[in-house]
Amino acid sequence: MVYLTRVEHFNAAHKLFNPRWSIQKNESVFGKFANENCHGHNYELYVTIKGEPDADTGFVLDVKKLSEIIKEHILEKLDHLNLNEDVDFMHGKMCSTENLVIAIWEQLAPHLPQKVQLHAIKLYETPSIFVEYFGG
Amino acid sequence: MDKKRVAVFRREHFNAAHRLYNPQWDDAKNMQVFGKCSNPHYHGHNYELEIKVTGIPNAATGYVMDMKVLSDLVQEQVLARFDHKNLNLDTPEFKNLNPTAEHIAIVIYDLLRPKLDPEHDLHIRLYETPRNFVEYPA
Repeated sequence: MVYLTRVEHFNAAHKLFNPRWSIQKNESVFGKFANENCHGHNYELYVTIKGEPDADTGFVLDVKKLSEIIKEHILEKLDHLNLNEDVDFMHGKMCSTENLVIAIWEQLAPHLPQKVQLHAIKLYETPSIFVEYFGG
Repeated sequence: MDKKRVAVFRREHFNAAHRLYNPQWDDAKNMQVFGKCSNPHYHGHNYELEIKVTGIPNAATGYVMDMKVLSDLVQEQVLARFDHKNLNLDTPEFKNLNPTAEHIAIVIYDLLRPKLDPEHDLHIRLYETPRNFVEYPA
């Protein structure tokens, strides 16, 4: 079993704002992250899959293929967009990095070939803040 | 050791949303020129800012400039304005100015320049992404 990681990136706007709370409560919990007009990040996305190297190619999965799957199902839905406004799979959710990494996993997993499994997704919001999700 | 000029640098960062949009053009023309950078609901970046101050080290302190003073100045003049803000909507500096990295660097220079010793040179490098950055003055 070998783990294969592909790194991608996207730029997006978001805000942390719970619509069930008052503006004051949002500001007290989320501080500047609750800024009504949003702020933004350069997100770095690490997708790790696991599997056995193919006998003929030596690949767990052609990494170009993995990149195309991530691009089609994740980056095209997130890049240069507003997570709170533009992303169907984040509607009704708090746009924290934690919730975003879970949503990315759920979007991506069904589109991977059966011979590999999704192992981990690591998502950097800034160079010093990141989350990891291993499914379930 | 006198009369030798040295450059000192301070790195800071801020996170902001923006979109590239020329109000004199229609949406189609904006999309044609700026592409996804013009998306109406904004996107965002982790901006990395490098401030370079060049001058002769002070005879008494050995400093070109006290870095704590420079850091406080950047905090007050730049980060308080731009960090966790929407550059198009929240900052008066970009009310009538397209917030490209080029323009942001010029605005930062113009905010800091009057606060520094006239004997010192100022140079701004601004990273919009790890791969795209601008410098001013050029």
